[in-house]
Amino acid sequence: MRPARHLIAAAALLVLATSAYCAEVAKTTVKVGFLSTLSGPGAGLGIDIRDGFNLAMKTLNGKLGGLPAEVIIADDQQKPEVAQQVTEKFLKKDKVDFMTGIVFSNLMLAVGPAVFANQTYYISANAGPSQYAGAECSTFYFNVASQNDGLHEAVGKYVQDKGFKNVVLVAPNYPGGTDAMSGFKRFYKGKIGEEIYTKLGQLDYAAELAQIRSLKPDAVFFFLPGGMGINFVKQFVAAGLSADTQLFAPGFAADEDIIKAVGAPMLGMFNSSNWAHDLDNAENKRFVADFQKDYGRLPSLYASLGYDAAMLMNAAVRDVKGKLDDKTAVRRALEAKRFKSVRGEFTFNTNHNPIQNYYLRVIGKDAQGRITNKTMGTIFTNHPDAYVAQCKMQ
Amino acid sequence: MTQLILEQALNGLQFGLMLFLLAAGLTLVFGIMDMINLAHGSLYMAGAYLTAAATQASGSFMVGIATAMLATAVLGALVEVTLLRRLYARNHLAQVLATFALILIANEVVRMIWGAQPVLLNTPEELAGPVRIGGFLYPAYRLLIIAVGALVAGLLYLLVSRTRVGMWVRAGASNREMTEALGINVRLLFTAVFAAGAALCALAGAMLGPLLAVQVGMGESILILAFVVIVIGGIGSIRGALVGSLLVGLVDTLGRAALPSLLRTFLSSEIASNLGPALASVLIYVLMASILVWRPEGLFPARS
Amino acid sequence: MGFYTTSTPRRIAAIALLAVLVGLPWMLQAIDQSFYVSLASRMLIFALAATSLNLVIGFGGMVSFGHAAYFGIGAYCVAILAEGGIVSAAYAWPVAIAVAALLALFIGILSLRTRGVYFIMITLAFAQMVFYLVVSLKTWGGDDGLSLGHRSSFGAFDLKDDTTFYFVVLALLAFVLMALDRVAHSRFGRVIQSIRENETRMEALGYPVFSYKLVCFVIGGALAGLAGALLVNQTGLASPNLLHWMQSGTLMVMIVIGGVGSVMGGVVGAVLLMSCEEAFVEISPHWQIGLGLVLLAVVLWAPLGIAGLVGWGRERE
Repeated sequence: MRPARHLIAAAALLVLATSAYCAEVAKTTVKVGFLSTLSGPGAGLGIDIRDGFNLAMKTLNGKLGGLPAEVIIADDQQKPEVAQQVTEKFLKKDKVDFMTGIVFSNLMLAVGPAVFANQTYYISANAGPSQYAGAECSTFYFNVASQNDGLHEAVGKYVQDKGFKNVVLVAPNYPGGTDAMSGFKRFYKGKIGEEIYTKLGQLDYAAELAQIRSLKPDAVFFFLPGGMGINFVKQFVAAGLSADTQLFAPGFAADEDIIKAVGAPMLGMFNSSNWAHDLDNAENKRFVADFQKDYGRLPSLYASLGYDAAMLMNAAVRDVKGKLDDKTAVRRALEAKRFKSVRGEFTFNTNHNPIQNYYLRVIGKDAQGRITNKTMGTIFTNHPDAYVAQCKMQ
Repeated sequence: MTQLILEQALNGLQFGLMLFLLAAGLTLVFGIMDMINLAHGSLYMAGAYLTAAATQASGSFMVGIATAMLATAVLGALVEVTLLRRLYARNHLAQVLATFALILIANEVVRMIWGAQPVLLNTPEELAGPVRIGGFLYPAYRLLIIAVGALVAGLLYLLVSRTRVGMWVRAGASNREMTEALGINVRLLFTAVFAAGAALCALAGAMLGPLLAVQVGMGESILILAFVVIVIGGIGSIRGALVGSLLVGLVDTLGRAALPSLLRTFLSSEIASNLGPALASVLIYVLMASILVWRPEGLFPARS
Repeated sequence: MGFYTTSTPRRIAAIALLAVLVGLPWMLQAIDQSFYVSLASRMLIFALAATSLNLVIGFGGMVSFGHAAYFGIGAYCVAILAEGGIVSAAYAWPVAIAVAALLALFIGILSLRTRGVYFIMITLAFAQMVFYLVVSLKTWGGDDGLSLGHRSSFGAFDLKDDTTFYFVVLALLAFVLMALDRVAHSRFGRVIQSIRENETRMEALGYPVFSYKLVCFVIGGALAGLAGALLVNQTGLASPNLLHWMQSGTLMVMIVIGGVGSVMGGVVGAVLLMSCEEAFVEISPHWQIGLGLVLLAVVLWAPLGIAGLVGWGRERE
């Protein structure tokens, strides 16, 4: 009798132990699907996110949370259907643990449903569509960058405070563009001369500039990421509009990639950002120095976001001790965000979007004579996004 | 308001003249050899990239343009002699496919040499600002484009309508067999025409490069417009290409600028802002389809 | 000419191919590569689209450069109807086919008045109109396209299951191919092919050439609409790039590689092109050079395509 009892108890324990082991087996490697825009006019942004991400991986010796990591990099060509096909491959063939990298919100919205349905964590290093901060928020979506409106709200606030009276807005006709307009208008209450929507990827702004000239605004706010912004600023200056009209932009459209391409015409332009390369903290100093050493250029906001995305994954894998199949534990670990960001402190709101500071930057010459961004002050402190109330996270 | 219309008309003129540089070569190739060349846009891309490379190497935009035009002409002649020649006797489907293949190859070769990101080609410093014409400021560089485009169009017109070579070209376009029978080496003539067309493409690429972007795939979008132009103008006709280019340039630019506000006068602004851009962007295709339904051979048919 | 009827070896080949395609999902499951089932569905859908174009170009002799318009419109119809709450395949798919057919009828009536190059260009122009209209209309998603939340409901079948969906696509494609083979041998098929060879003669013989060509053009458009309806179910997105002229070009590439005017040409071309894409992408990011060279070689040295090389090509008189 007794030996039999022991045997049963032992067997039961064994079963329990194995099932527990099976359920929470620690992974031996971590797979990350990195999908971004690496060709075409938007390529500069994707390449910066990738380089930032790769720099973090190098700093971490190719490991995430102590486990060897495999990062699969793919180009979405800025086309929603290409993004979907690659995502399907990431989820079903490669069975990645995390996805990240998407620049453009329309692509994010195209692949989001499949990623969330597959219970794969998506760490956004740029795209922050209002849908995913509000009504369509998901436990599997974490935005390490900012909700799309954030940087635009900051510019709107600044333009309002400076007393501009007649502003023309320019943005591409896509979710990120409409978010930009509503973000700006949330804090700017003066007259809007016109809201001009352009085609995504448009390169010639002659017609829009003629329209702006006839409207005679005292300021123009534009959100045109990547090559679009380069062309717009160049053509704006060439048309002689910069003499009477002040240009404002979110950090996306006035970052190092654009400054490098446009040069002197950018001098004196104000813009907003949740990060700057001259922010004074130890992580940032190391990041900026390492980035310049490896890539020979100043990092942009995008690069810092790619870096932070990798650091967030690293912290989460470390905190769950590699047990990535325990989705709830991973979620708690991501929400806890136990790493030091290069932008200083920020926390995740209940909708997994950041609560953070937004800074005012101006483009000028630094001590070495380089044209670059310089931080002027703080516009918002611990600023949440506007959509969090609509998010009913389970 | 008049100032706005004037400025938009200048923009349309600038766009139209650049289209003409592309359409001129295309229409002659099309007209003489009855050959559809989709790879014409790739020559435009090649011209832009070569200009960027040569400008960077020499430090001079002028040297860059000259080098690129020469190199693209040679490249065009090479492609014509080695490949396109084999396609003249083939049907249109084979031509479309073979030159479609050339687009794929050209795009990848450029991507291999220069990478997937756009290449930087800046406006020359002295032309980067505006100039004052009449009552308003206009970008100096766009004025230069208009001047160059008008000059080339004029020269080309004189060349084709007033010289002996031009006469051969016109003869070749309207009746190829007869021209051959008269003892003119149509083969050589055609290689020359193709090379000249390539050089014009390179010029367009070089002029538009600093304004737009030098990137892979830049040829495809403008290629379709060039086809629209020559079909409207009548295949093989230089005069048709010029009229077609200006028509397309003006209709497109003015349509984009004026349609949304025009619609707003009699529709609700909600519908107008939705419908305006849609109508503006299909305007030139509506123009082309209606011209074809009205005159199936285009405005100035070369073969009559 | 027929792939199914002319000879015993071909019939056996067809049955063997069908057997392989039917068994494919289980084979893939056995080697734990179920991901490829959805890729296979996509290939078969493109095979259907290419086949529909082959009907127009290969049989009808009408070099249409705007076939993507019908393909894309089919996809958009299903997505738009789903947006309005109509998710049943029994309604949505026939509507997609009908709308594509109507569009083809409208474009055909206007375009078939022109000849040669002008026909190529006017079909392209109409396709561009559709493209720009769709891209500019914000209500249809503009540049972003229109997402389809769930696949269409299809009676007792659960299309959300990739394998079931694959079989539905396979069955439709097989049905269309068999029907086409029938049509090719019917009176209509013979007349339309004679028109391709010599239009003037057929006109002189008193055949209503215009109507014959129009009917062929419209059937091609309708089948492309069906392919579009299937594709949006496979990918879940009606993207404006489906309507882009490069898409028309790709479909043309498929039938030229496979074999213009061969019943199986579209299928062979689509499967070959897409497998090459899949394989080359892994090897080199510059795979399109290889594709371009292969295409050039086919045009220059194998004008009847792969089907022509292995003897499936259309018979020459």
